[in-house]
Amino acid sequence: MEFKTLKQLSDGLAAGEFSSVELTQHYLARIAADQNTNAYITVTEEQALQAAKAADEARAKGNAGALTGLPIAHKDIFCTQGVRTSCGSKMLDNFIAPYESTVTQKLNDAGTVMLGKANMDEFAMGSSTETSFYGPTRNPWNLDTVPGGSSGGSAAAVAAGLAAAATGTDTGGSIRQPAAFCNLTGLKPTYGRVSRWGMIAFGSSLDCGGPLTRTAEDAALMFNVMAGHDPKDTTSMDVAVDDYTAHLDRPLDGLRIGLPSEYFGDGLHDGIRSAVMAAVKELENQGAVVKEISLPRTELSIPAYYIIAPAEASTNLSRYDGVRYGHRCDDPVDLEDLYKRSRAEGFGDEVQRRILVGTYALSAGYYDAYYRKAQQLRRLIKDDYQRAFADVDVILGPTTPSPAWKLGEKSGDPVAMYLEDIYTLSVNLAGLPGLALPCGQVNGLPVGLQLIGNYFDESRLLNIGHRFQQATDWHTKTPA
Amino acid sequence: MEWEIVIGLEIHVQLSTQSKIFSGSSTRFGAEPNTQASLVDLAMPGTLPVFNAGALRKAVAFGLAIGANIGKRSVFDRKNYFYPDSPKGYQITQMDFPIVGEGKVDIVLDDGSTRTIGVTRAHLEEDAGKSLHEDFEGMSGIDLNRAGTPLLEIVSEPDLRNAKEAVAYLRKIHSIVTYLGISDGNMAEGSMRCDANVSVRPKGTTELGTRTEIKNVNSFRFVEKAINVEVQRHIDVIEDGGQIVQETRLYDADKNETRSMRSKEFANDYRYFPEPDLLPVEIDDAYIQDIADHLPELPDAKIERFKNEHGLSEYDATVLSASRAMADYFEAVTGICGDAKLAANWCQGELAALLNRDEIEIEHSPVSAGHLGQLIQRIQDNTVSNKLAKQVFEGIAAGEGSPDEVIEKRGLKQVTDSGAIEAMIDAVIAANPEQVEQYRSGKDKVFGFFVGQVMKESKGQANPAQVNQLLKDKLAG
Repeated sequence: MEFKTLKQLSDGLAAGEFSSVELTQHYLARIAADQNTNAYITVTEEQALQAAKAADEARAKGNAGALTGLPIAHKDIFCTQGVRTSCGSKMLDNFIAPYESTVTQKLNDAGTVMLGKANMDEFAMGSSTETSFYGPTRNPWNLDTVPGGSSGGSAAAVAAGLAAAATGTDTGGSIRQPAAFCNLTGLKPTYGRVSRWGMIAFGSSLDCGGPLTRTAEDAALMFNVMAGHDPKDTTSMDVAVDDYTAHLDRPLDGLRIGLPSEYFGDGLHDGIRSAVMAAVKELENQGAVVKEISLPRTELSIPAYYIIAPAEASTNLSRYDGVRYGHRCDDPVDLEDLYKRSRAEGFGDEVQRRILVGTYALSAGYYDAYYRKAQQLRRLIKDDYQRAFADVDVILGPTTPSPAWKLGEKSGDPVAMYLEDIYTLSVNLAGLPGLALPCGQVNGLPVGLQLIGNYFDESRLLNIGHRFQQATDWHTKTPA
Repeated sequence: MEWEIVIGLEIHVQLSTQSKIFSGSSTRFGAEPNTQASLVDLAMPGTLPVFNAGALRKAVAFGLAIGANIGKRSVFDRKNYFYPDSPKGYQITQMDFPIVGEGKVDIVLDDGSTRTIGVTRAHLEEDAGKSLHEDFEGMSGIDLNRAGTPLLEIVSEPDLRNAKEAVAYLRKIHSIVTYLGISDGNMAEGSMRCDANVSVRPKGTTELGTRTEIKNVNSFRFVEKAINVEVQRHIDVIEDGGQIVQETRLYDADKNETRSMRSKEFANDYRYFPEPDLLPVEIDDAYIQDIADHLPELPDAKIERFKNEHGLSEYDATVLSASRAMADYFEAVTGICGDAKLAANWCQGELAALLNRDEIEIEHSPVSAGHLGQLIQRIQDNTVSNKLAKQVFEGIAAGEGSPDEVIEKRGLKQVTDSGAIEAMIDAVIAANPEQVEQYRSGKDKVFGFFVGQVMKESKGQANPAQVNQLLKDKLAG
């Protein structure tokens, strides 16, 4: 049961094979028995059983939708009313949000059952879920390796059968990279497609909420609920929402796929290269036409990203000052001491590192050299993509340069860690949608490919993902 | 050495929107602390600002009123600093692309001449909360009711040359924003606050001297005093061979002095950058035109009209146009009595004195425009003399009722019955044979004595013109 898709579970509920309460109890039992992954920060057992009961009652009255009664996990970055929302930080260890994020509200309204809040890198800063105040999450495929990050708890929960699906957020690859490391389907939507209201901010102009699921079809089901304009978030776009499940079966005849040469150069693990190329072959078999393209500023996306994201983070995190909520140091002698010690005690190393970098990049005298330059690079990166989309429908490449690394392996070398995001960052800088799909294995660890679409072309990405998954079985594999 | 004074003002005007600039909380003044602070105002994690379109309209209206360029695309920025009453750790403001660009404002000086003062820009921003230092032993309380109240910061060019000009400019801005109805302009409640940048330089030179900034002055009177005392300090320091340090200073009204708040070495690095939670604000010509079409008559236009339509002098027209409420009041009085000159005299005389004495705003005048108009009518139709009308006015102000009721109750009705007046005159003549003799022998000055006696006899109620005429006749015998 635990490795079934949302679709299969939904069908099972509809057929009366099991109730939502039974399903929820099953998952809660698995979570309780799990000694390995540390996928959850908070488990909301009582609340989950209540929601499941309500879902069963709704179903009995004939009010069930596609997601009614399905148990899922939420990344602990989404504010959930009455439940601790820590964002993986000591700073918010005692924070119980008095309100509900738009994403979780929509999923609650659709009848999903929240099992709990998933572990994550502190304030979503990290690519391995090792920076969490609540300890690292481990990859269910190999407990010595990281699950990716920052949505590593969400990914591990789904991969280990501790949730049927999960929400994640993606600022520089934080949905797609853990999806690749944990053999899942992860959708990073177009910037502005999913409301950021109630999602704790990291890099405001980059942050995107999205689903982590077993299949593209599941992603479409969840995305149907998550997507849409929200008047509470003025950066959310008022563009009509597709029925993302409607086009899943569309044939791929004549689909133009661009392979950026920069995504297949030095630094790409050979096993990943061959897995991705095999996937390309499969799509060609289905009628897709492949074309080599160039995204010349790919490498520049790393410095641009590591200026813009920390710059925004440095001011987004200013509110954690010990004054209103969250961690406050003991016995401050004065205001300055209150700020300094509350922040020094509340934030972990990686968060402090990025606050410092961001503060420096925005400071007088350095703004032009760093922040302004980074924004100019961002514009050029966007232009590269738009040039590419004049010739191709989607862009295909690997999600990550290498499979999941060992816990601790890159913790002492932040730059090495940053380089692992090379294929995902530029998608956030450009605000484009990206979909990660399982496409192979290296040494028993999953490999993901990435599809990048033009703005609001999520339907197309999910369509390709679904067709690929109809023809392959990588996504059905589960950890030993 | 002769010194030239250079002053520029930054005026913060609280816009009178119902809700805050980026949240739905009320902007009402005087509520219990933190009862008007929403999740957004508290900077709860995950909350986002949504821009209040009402604030935009008000800012554009101001820009149009001063003939400024309106930014078709304006951008919000974050100004980063830590302070307990700044809940997000940054203030949302506008830096490089403000909604209102360059404009200008005419001010009239005491000698009747006009000067044009440049406005550099006016931008939208959110107000901070308030730190409460009383009532908290060893701690400070934070009230976020004011956090997020929309402000328009109006920045002038350094065009002002003395404190009086600065006050005239501040008054003019006050009058424009209240005419537009975009702010209540209540300085006591902080709806309008002003920072003054002051420097001096040897007369004839063009290079600017080192400036200091006097923060948060909140009355017309204090602006003048603060600038004067600061200018004198600059001159004294320089003439003593010292140098002015660029710094922010506070004005202490009790001691009439300024003192240092923070010097530039400790100035914050605000790390401005575009606010990623808000899209740039884009407006088009039709939007601007619509606001232009709905602008009310502004002070300068009103002064012209008062001169042309009501025949008022420049001075009267200017004084009566200073606030929209006063202008409306004056026009209402004129509408009733039909005599603009008389209406103007009463508004600037008795009414102004009353409001000044009791420190009341015209909006709360105890004598309504309707009652003053009726009172003037009673002067016009000779029911009361001009002199007694002042008593009637006092009666109205004291809440004794309408003009007619006060005249009735106080028995102030003018005596115009010539029989009655003649009887009083006869009595006075009979009682003062000596003075009659003097008058008839050519001592004209004694006439005034008789007038006084008759008026006294009538308790001031006799019609003076009639008294004069009848006295002349009777004394001529």
